[in-house]
Amino acid sequence: MTLRLTALAAALLLPPLLTGSAHAADKIKVGFVSTLSGPGAGLGVDIRDGFNLAMKQLGGKLGNLPAEVIIADDQQNPDVAKQAADKFLKKDKVDFMTGIVFSNIMLAVGPTVFENKTFYISANAGPSQYAGEQCNPYFFNVAWQNDNLHEAVGKVVQDKGFKDVLIVTPNYPGGKDAVSGFKRFYKGKTEEIYTKLGQLDYAAELAQIRAAKPDALFFFLPGGMGINFVKQFVSAGLSRDTQLFAPGFSADEDVIKAVGAPMMGMFNSSHWAHDMDNAENKRFVAEFQKEYSRLPSLYASQGYDAALMMDAAVRDVKGKVEDKAALQKALEAKRFKSVRGDFKFNSNHYPVQNYYLRAIGKDAQGRVTNKTMGTIFTNHADAYVSQCKMK
Amino acid sequence: MTQLILEQALNGLQFGLMLFLLAAGLTLVFGIMDCINLAHGSLYMVGAYFVAAAAQAADSFWIGLGAGVAGAAVLGLLLELSLFRQLYQRDHLSQVLATFALILIANEAVRMIWGPAPLMLNPPEALSGPVELPLFGDTFFYPAYRLVIIAFGLGVGGLLYLLVARSRVGMWVRAGAANREMTEALGINVRALFTAVFVFGAALCALAGGLLGPLLAVQVGMGESILILAFVVIIIGGIGSIRGALVGALIVGTVDTLGRALLPTLLRAALPADAASTLGPALASILIYLLMAAILFFKPQGLFPARA
Repeated sequence: MTLRLTALAAALLLPPLLTGSAHAADKIKVGFVSTLSGPGAGLGVDIRDGFNLAMKQLGGKLGNLPAEVIIADDQQNPDVAKQAADKFLKKDKVDFMTGIVFSNIMLAVGPTVFENKTFYISANAGPSQYAGEQCNPYFFNVAWQNDNLHEAVGKVVQDKGFKDVLIVTPNYPGGKDAVSGFKRFYKGKTEEIYTKLGQLDYAAELAQIRAAKPDALFFFLPGGMGINFVKQFVSAGLSRDTQLFAPGFSADEDVIKAVGAPMMGMFNSSHWAHDMDNAENKRFVAEFQKEYSRLPSLYASQGYDAALMMDAAVRDVKGKVEDKAALQKALEAKRFKSVRGDFKFNSNHYPVQNYYLRAIGKDAQGRVTNKTMGTIFTNHADAYVSQCKMK
Repeated sequence: MTQLILEQALNGLQFGLMLFLLAAGLTLVFGIMDCINLAHGSLYMVGAYFVAAAAQAADSFWIGLGAGVAGAAVLGLLLELSLFRQLYQRDHLSQVLATFALILIANEAVRMIWGPAPLMLNPPEALSGPVELPLFGDTFFYPAYRLVIIAFGLGVGGLLYLLVARSRVGMWVRAGAANREMTEALGINVRALFTAVFVFGAALCALAGGLLGPLLAVQVGMGESILILAFVVIIIGGIGSIRGALVGALIVGTVDTLGRALLPTLLRAALPADAASTLGPALASILIYLLMAAILFFKPQGLFPARA
């Protein structure tokens, strides 16, 4: 109690940015706001479970300090997310924030977090805005920039010689990033169909696809949207003459579990895969399965890495999280071992890393799951970094 | 192009008929009892959950659908007896407040019982594939399950029409919608009639929820978005009119589906690609509201007003 009172008195007396006199915190607080209900819930749940698994392995500590993770559901609604973030920042005074799935929500919440000089470690949303002109010292993305996985699919589709591709994506910032990413590496003819974010009935779009007769279909529909789309695509009899391509978001364990065998033969891209051969990943996949009795998705790997990243940075600054400049340096240094293998942060705080091609098929145990087929990009950076003037 | 339009027309019909199942109950409750029931969407949601839970327990979609619809009818009966009876005499504001509270209670209750993640409801195995339909000497594929939904919608719609337009009970219902006091004065037990109509509306909600379950997802909050469309339907059709609900539902279903499919294509022909891709989806999503505004401008009572 006396310790907490002293800390309180110190906080009241000292302007928080007198960095020279930063004390080590006695506790690290993390505000985790994510989509935990509705059609996008699968994504948020996986990020949360990955994060929690890392916390468990770290003994509930970040950088050797006891940690508290406060979780809130944003219901895939930017207003709800903003309220939750405000509470985390003003009332709980969290040291880190993470968890947001969707880019439109990230863009709504970001300004408040940055104004408050709180570090946001994105375990998913990687909008182009924060990679380019609006890049911010307090924003890190431990996963990817939105365009990246789509760029990788674009490259594959281009290399395989497809000439006429239809793109289906929701009408929101992440969807726009998907289209520009895909087209950056695919140079043939395209047509785009934009759907509502959260749409579940694709009858109208499927009829358009049937009429357009593309060689290949590229769809970016995360979570429940993708589950419904693939199911309806198959039941409309379209899978017979159209090859499906997707970023890893629309073809990971959450979708495979719900759709099953019709997913087989689908190509997709990812920066991580559960069959990657490194010690950290093997431990992560094994323990995730033990804890939650299902295979982890890329979202789970991102949540896991976000926790490891916070842990390493807090340890680096010896718990003095009030020294923002030092903490930023520690985060940039990236001293944790990611389950995706080695990567580093670019000057805009987005990863420079490899991207892989995966195909869905049956594994040795007869499960329908992803198998890594090869590398699409090596040490790939995003396209917006040159527009970022990090202050 | 003919194939695209025909397929979209079938999609519009399918969506419109499901909207009709919802709007039928809503328009009767609103028209006859003069009671605004915002919780109608919650009955749809709870009905869908009942169907999904029963289908999982029985491992059969059809048994689940039957049990779910029966369950929703019982819930409707309990709600009518305990709550709605108290509301008929109150003003619209009290009804809106009470039924809005019901929405919140229903959402939280469903979240507590079934959890925040959506339930997956699969269509019967035999209906999960496409069927081949003839088209001017050619053929095209259409999902079998959507055809079944259309058949259900047409069947129930026809039955409802016969019931309301041709049967004695239907005559009472229409009389109640036109003039409640006069109907009571003629010796009809309006109170029992109200209960029956409400229960019937709840069962139709669950039927729509159960049938749409495999196409959408059974999840918390699924009722609110569709409730708005159902209100648009009954306002276009004229409050209290079954025929109006049917016509309104088909108009809304077709316009929404065709608009989503054709507007972006048409705009692309007329505008630069960038503007078209921004404007198309936005315009498609407000199209039905524009339509509602236009219809109300020319016919403020809706297309088929029940009260002359």
